[in-house]
Amino acid sequence: MPKRARTRHLNIPQRAIVLAVAAYLGLLLVLPLGAMGVRALAEGPGTLLASLAQREALEGLLLTLIVAAICVVFNGIFGIAGALVLTRHRFLGRRVLDALVDLPLAVSPVMTGLAFLLIFGRGGWLASSLDLLGLKVTFAVPGLILATLFVTFPFTLREVAYVLEELGTDEDQAATTLGASPWQTFWLVTLPNIRFGLGYGIVLTLARALGEFGAVLVVGGAISGRTQTATTFIYNALEERQEPAAYSMALVLALVSVALLVAIEWLKRRRGRE
Amino acid sequence: MSRPTEIADVRRGRLALRSGVLIYAAVLVVLPLGALVQHGLVDGLAGLWRAATAPVAAQAILLTLWTATLMAVVNAFMGTLTAWALVRYEFTGRGLLSALVDLPFAIPTLVTGVMLVILLGPQSPLGGWLTALGVPVIFAPLAIVVALLFITVPFVVRAVEPVLLEQDPAEEEAARTLGAGTWTVFWRVLLPPLLPAILSGTIRSFARALGELGSVIVVSGNIPYRTLTAPIHIFGEIESGQPGGAAAVSVVLLALALLLAFAARGIERISGVHHA
Amino acid sequence: MGIRIEGLTKRFGDFLAVNNFSVRVEPGELVAFLGPSGSGKSTILRIVAGLDTADTGAVYFNGAPAGHLHPSARGVGFVFQHYALFRHMTVEENIAFGLRVQGAGRQRQAERVAELLGLMGLQGLGHRYPSQLSGGQRQRVALARALAPAPKVLLLDEPFGAVDAKVREELRHWLRKLHDEVHVTSIFVTHDQEEAFSVADKVMVIHQGRLEQSGTPDEILDHPKTEFVARFIGEANVYEATVQGREAWVGPLRIPVPGLPDGTRVSIVIRLYDLKFWRDDGGHATVVRMSTLGDRVKVEAEIDGAGRILSQFPRRSSLLQGIEPGCRIHIEVTLSRAYASEAAAEGPADLAPRLRAA
Repeated sequence: MPKRARTRHLNIPQRAIVLAVAAYLGLLLVLPLGAMGVRALAEGPGTLLASLAQREALEGLLLTLIVAAICVVFNGIFGIAGALVLTRHRFLGRRVLDALVDLPLAVSPVMTGLAFLLIFGRGGWLASSLDLLGLKVTFAVPGLILATLFVTFPFTLREVAYVLEELGTDEDQAATTLGASPWQTFWLVTLPNIRFGLGYGIVLTLARALGEFGAVLVVGGAISGRTQTATTFIYNALEERQEPAAYSMALVLALVSVALLVAIEWLKRRRGRE
Repeated sequence: MSRPTEIADVRRGRLALRSGVLIYAAVLVVLPLGALVQHGLVDGLAGLWRAATAPVAAQAILLTLWTATLMAVVNAFMGTLTAWALVRYEFTGRGLLSALVDLPFAIPTLVTGVMLVILLGPQSPLGGWLTALGVPVIFAPLAIVVALLFITVPFVVRAVEPVLLEQDPAEEEAARTLGAGTWTVFWRVLLPPLLPAILSGTIRSFARALGELGSVIVVSGNIPYRTLTAPIHIFGEIESGQPGGAAAVSVVLLALALLLAFAARGIERISGVHHA
Repeated sequence: MGIRIEGLTKRFGDFLAVNNFSVRVEPGELVAFLGPSGSGKSTILRIVAGLDTADTGAVYFNGAPAGHLHPSARGVGFVFQHYALFRHMTVEENIAFGLRVQGAGRQRQAERVAELLGLMGLQGLGHRYPSQLSGGQRQRVALARALAPAPKVLLLDEPFGAVDAKVREELRHWLRKLHDEVHVTSIFVTHDQEEAFSVADKVMVIHQGRLEQSGTPDEILDHPKTEFVARFIGEANVYEATVQGREAWVGPLRIPVPGLPDGTRVSIVIRLYDLKFWRDDGGHATVVRMSTLGDRVKVEAEIDGAGRILSQFPRRSSLLQGIEPGCRIHIEVTLSRAYASEAAAEGPADLAPRLRAA
């Protein structure tokens, strides 16, 4: 079907629509961002940096980064594997796996946290085994990792699956007939072909992991110096009426998000162009 | 890795891959949800009903539902309008506006809450002006609706865009040559194919809103019976050592969210919509 | 390397795609699998390559069973209808791929690539990406790529389907030339009769997953063994009639049908060039329409009481002298074939023949 060309010269009603949309998005999205920027910088950039340079804040950021990195690696690998299985395997239960992948999106973060508490917390399913092994999951970093793995599970898988569907299997089959082993085919043909979809999924995973709050709050308890991520740092700071610290960290996260947004848009474009 | 020559070897490898993925999914997703459901139903459906209809819980659920509904209605309209402008018109800043639509996916919900508190809170100029006008926004249900609108901006827009892109200009032209006016063309030719996408996008935004915590917990003030939503209620129950009550309300919300996701999926499948 | 296919059967759900298919391809032969869409020919090809598996049956390469081998271990070169070139690799990298994954050194790869670029007329295009090539060039790269690892068998799945007519002719020429030089056993799948007849040594007509007939182009054209082959190959007029006294009638036209008992329902197939006619005011048919198809003319006539008949002649044919729409003609059938119909008639024999143009 021929793609329509966009209307260039807009009449009055059309201009009104554009204005309405711009106003809506501007007021809803940009205004709050701007307000926070103004407020956070109101104390002066010096105070901003000072509150960020505090040990707690830096530890929070570091913990967030570590958890996010682990999620990217694990859900990246299993995302690719899962996408391959979903799109290229026929098996009993494929529909079930397909539905399973989307489940974390339907679950509220606080429910995620509760679920992991119920398994690993006091009186939970695995509580006794954990005690035996001397492992701590809840109110410790492993719990944060598990909870964040849960919430970021769908992203890479879905994006890679989408690209795999669009690509089809012709090139992979060609590689096979030319003598490539399954691993060679994957490494030399499939992987280069999915790189932009994969990148897009990874950035989405990063953004989600960075922003995770409810689940890590419940499972981790936001214990300063142990399980306090960047987001729970903000929450605790707000609770303790330390607004400047909270706002500074929020600004940092917002800026990182904008950077991720730029990456998202770029990758979307590259993925679409392939 | 040695090179397999027989189909049987490759089949075994594929089976291993499949099993690995299924185990990962089972442990990471099914196990936690299983624990949640089991705990929520520990007193049976009767216990579930009791926990969900307890006064604070019931009010929380109702508040969650009506704020999400209000948001969904606004979102359906504005989301469609936004998709319309982005796909059909060319104007300066169109690319920027399109990128902006994805912002809520990138920004932590807690940061969204903080931004809205700064913008609408009593200390801010806008907040002060609104209080003077007698319009309660911050720490009132309206703040919840605003927060929900922020985080769900992409849902309807990204659902409608691909359908608009696929529309054949020839259909429109045919309608015009047959004498239809602008409004008729829109109402009878262009809008009908969009309806499934608008519906599924709205349903998805509604489902997303049901579970929202980060932004709402900051802007609503968490006042029981007034601005305490279901997720915050669940959080409260956990904090006060009542995981049973929390699990019960969770199961109710989860069931609702799954139903909605199923409905949205069904609509998308029937109307053949592509992933955005 | 010779290929033997025995008793291949494959179902997709309820649909029987391949039905007890058996053929032999001699070493060095260039064979065409010819058939309409959905006839199962591509499925059979893919089973030979190992890209699909059959439900029952076996495939042998030089007498050794190959069915259990993974496609990467069969030594088969495959050319896809839509090229399937590796979009992120240059032409050179595409061609070298087979050698590379099988462990050949850089030097060897470079030599072979240069050889094939020359053979396929792709010199100078080595550094380009597939998106920068025309359809014909892409398919030649696909051919070169498939040939680079010196496969024992070359399989082509509707290789020229995705390009325009002119390019298709050129590619056919390349394929023929290639085969003359390289002599690799080849099977190509097509629905285009002209293509099959002009390129292949032997043609195998496939229909509903079964082999209808296997032979040289001449054999198939002049001696079609089954009704399907007669109707599918070239254009034909088809009538139904019943045998009576070793003959059947298409209206006033007498068709000899030796060897079939009275009462047999038959389909009578008359090729468009297997009849002649002349102007005759007392004749038994009327010319309805004449249409020019470039170098040929199609004449459509109505036989008294028997329906339409089509014929086709070269533009300057003497048979067309004085013929014009509306004039009466006398028709003589020079060659016809009768096939016993599969469906048996119930009730009174229907003597009114019906025209079914192919």
